[in-house]
Amino acid sequence: MAEMLSGGDMLIRALQDEGVEYVFGYPGGAALHIYDAIFKQQKVEHVLVRHEQAATHMADGYARSTGKPGVVLVTSGPGATNAITGIATAYMDSAPMVVISAQVTQDLIGTDAFQETDMLGISRPVVKHSFVVKSAADIPGIVKKAFHIASTGRPGPVVIDVPKDTTDPTVFAEYVYPESVKMRSYNPAGKGNGRQIRKALLAILQAHKPIFYVGGGVIMANATEQLRSVVKTLGAPITNTLMGLGAFPGQDDQCIGMLGMHGAYQANMAMDEADLIVCIGARFDDRVTNNPSKFSPRATIIHVDVDPASISKIIEADIPIVGDAQLVLAEMMAQLQDALAGETAAERTSREERLSKWWQQINGWRDQHGFDHNQQPQSGEPILPQVAMQAVYRATSGDAFVTSDVGQHQMFAAQYYHFPEPRRWINSGGLGTMGFGLPSAMGVQMAHPEHTVVCVTGEGSFMMNMQELSTCLQYGLPIKIINLNNQALGMVKQWQDMQYGGRHSQSTYSDSLPDFKTLVEAFGHVGIKVSDADELESALAQAFSEELKHRLVFVDIWVDPNEHVYPMAIKGGAMRDMILAKHRATEAS
Amino acid sequence: MRRIIAVLLENEAGALSRVIGLFSQRGFNIESLTVAPTEDTTLSRLTLTTEGDARTIEQIIKQLHKLVEVVKVMDLCEADHVERELMLIKMRADGGARQEIKRTADIFRGQIVDVTPDTYTVQLVGPSEKLDAFIRAVGKAPILEVARSGVSGMGRGDRILSI
Repeated sequence: MAEMLSGGDMLIRALQDEGVEYVFGYPGGAALHIYDAIFKQQKVEHVLVRHEQAATHMADGYARSTGKPGVVLVTSGPGATNAITGIATAYMDSAPMVVISAQVTQDLIGTDAFQETDMLGISRPVVKHSFVVKSAADIPGIVKKAFHIASTGRPGPVVIDVPKDTTDPTVFAEYVYPESVKMRSYNPAGKGNGRQIRKALLAILQAHKPIFYVGGGVIMANATEQLRSVVKTLGAPITNTLMGLGAFPGQDDQCIGMLGMHGAYQANMAMDEADLIVCIGARFDDRVTNNPSKFSPRATIIHVDVDPASISKIIEADIPIVGDAQLVLAEMMAQLQDALAGETAAERTSREERLSKWWQQINGWRDQHGFDHNQQPQSGEPILPQVAMQAVYRATSGDAFVTSDVGQHQMFAAQYYHFPEPRRWINSGGLGTMGFGLPSAMGVQMAHPEHTVVCVTGEGSFMMNMQELSTCLQYGLPIKIINLNNQALGMVKQWQDMQYGGRHSQSTYSDSLPDFKTLVEAFGHVGIKVSDADELESALAQAFSEELKHRLVFVDIWVDPNEHVYPMAIKGGAMRDMILAKHRATEAS
Repeated sequence: MRRIIAVLLENEAGALSRVIGLFSQRGFNIESLTVAPTEDTTLSRLTLTTEGDARTIEQIIKQLHKLVEVVKVMDLCEADHVERELMLIKMRADGGARQEIKRTADIFRGQIVDVTPDTYTVQLVGPSEKLDAFIRAVGKAPILEVARSGVSGMGRGDRILSI
């Protein structure tokens, strides 16, 4: 006979059966039956945050760094609405997440009851799917479906709204966790059309100036090995989006850096000049393409994506391939080996010559205006944020998980920290959520307790979720926070410098900043302040020392407040149109 | 261009709001929309008419497919199809106008479904243009009330939208 459980117990039991390690959440009235069920077991550990938004970002960091769905539990009303920003963040970056939001009892729904809000309605535009529980008996099936939908196809957040009466501890129903799930209306794309893949491969082999443009989809699909085989075998250049950093090793010569609004000069020039673009798991976002009508005028576009709606949404694909990146790339590799085996010596020479000319051109751009990754702190000068990031890279031997907040520091981290592996770089690329950095680092650290986890932030972003320093102490999370402190909302200020005549409307607050060292010490952590370039390396050495391995360390680095992020795309232009420094731009195309 | 898109979706609470939300969220137009359960009560059939260029229509269809509760989508205008809309139109029908309205309704093969000494309510079925044409023919003056169902449609012959 099947087990009889209450709805609250079922919910937690279903999470156990799903293999969930952590639930990130915050209790409240409508969720109390569920919290009592949590209390009665040990398998699923609940992590108590200080604000529901942080719970969602923690779950997100956990999900992106492991590939497993992150799980959130919040109460109704304000608990649910506080979670929305984090749900939207996960949705925009396709991170798998299951959010359980408690709801008032069903007889109160629609009556404007205390802490009632229409969570399904409020979350609808920012979820992959959502469910509402009508009775306890629905719970196992709904949880199974929620995890399936969140983690397959193009992943995303799924909300389960749970009215309090369905978790009543005095009402029991049969508990059987389904082994599999089948939904006639949900069939994510699989292996991709073999003939389309063949067509794509032929185009790649015949191209003069091919380039791989790879996004977060490759990382989400666990396709980096397959990607590396194909790209290495072909010898073609590859550029990563902000979300795709680490899909291909950042230090590798074939990797020509991030592309887009603040991308590497050579990456943007190569995209503009290419005659063939192989886009995999990226979506021609406006921060990449600049003006779509001027985008890569000569290129044939191959677009591989698991989400058909991403294909030809912004840029028309010449060879669309709908499929899972891992399966498509594996098939491409198999076909590539056959094609290369059948290639004549003359064909091979001609292909290699074409590629070699292309590399000459790209390396020319790289030498001309590429990033200088060997900058050192200059004694007596203000610390440049770019230099600080390079110092962090050296201090961590390039082997850390790095999360970031949103703004200038995010771009400096993306430009100057090379990621050797996927899932190491975690940032809010799509929604651009300030306050993401610290809580997402916490989720990463929970999933990887022995690994160095760095949160690169700015004082503006940090103050949006700094209450979580308390959670860090409770769970012993030894995150290393690198605060590039420019005493302003740096990216806003940069735009105001460039486009609003230097009128810094509401972007500075230097008179009212806290002393971060004292602040983090009050939370029980270690604070270090650096403003002298000569002390940068030693401060970082201390922060990452064995002695402080198990402590949260906040390094408050006072950087040059006047520094801008370059290159910067010229609004409305092509990808080749960039501002390179304060008084230098590419020629208008 | 105007398109008629037929959608089979799970007959579940909230499914319709996702379809409507998608249109407002992504800035697509909806000109008309009808929805009702099918002979299989687990499925609803929704027909909507929309306006957009080829790329927009392609996006609409792809985005509809992406909704987890959507089972099938068909652009009826891609090939031969039948489309019908039902209109109930109540008109002031007194004096000389009474005969004229009756005659016009007959020409359009409308049926008078409600009669009072000074009004007629006419039921008309046909493609939307036919209903528009009837409204033009009687003129704005006598019209008291119009209720249109929105377009419903089907592919001709063996073009079948089912699971």
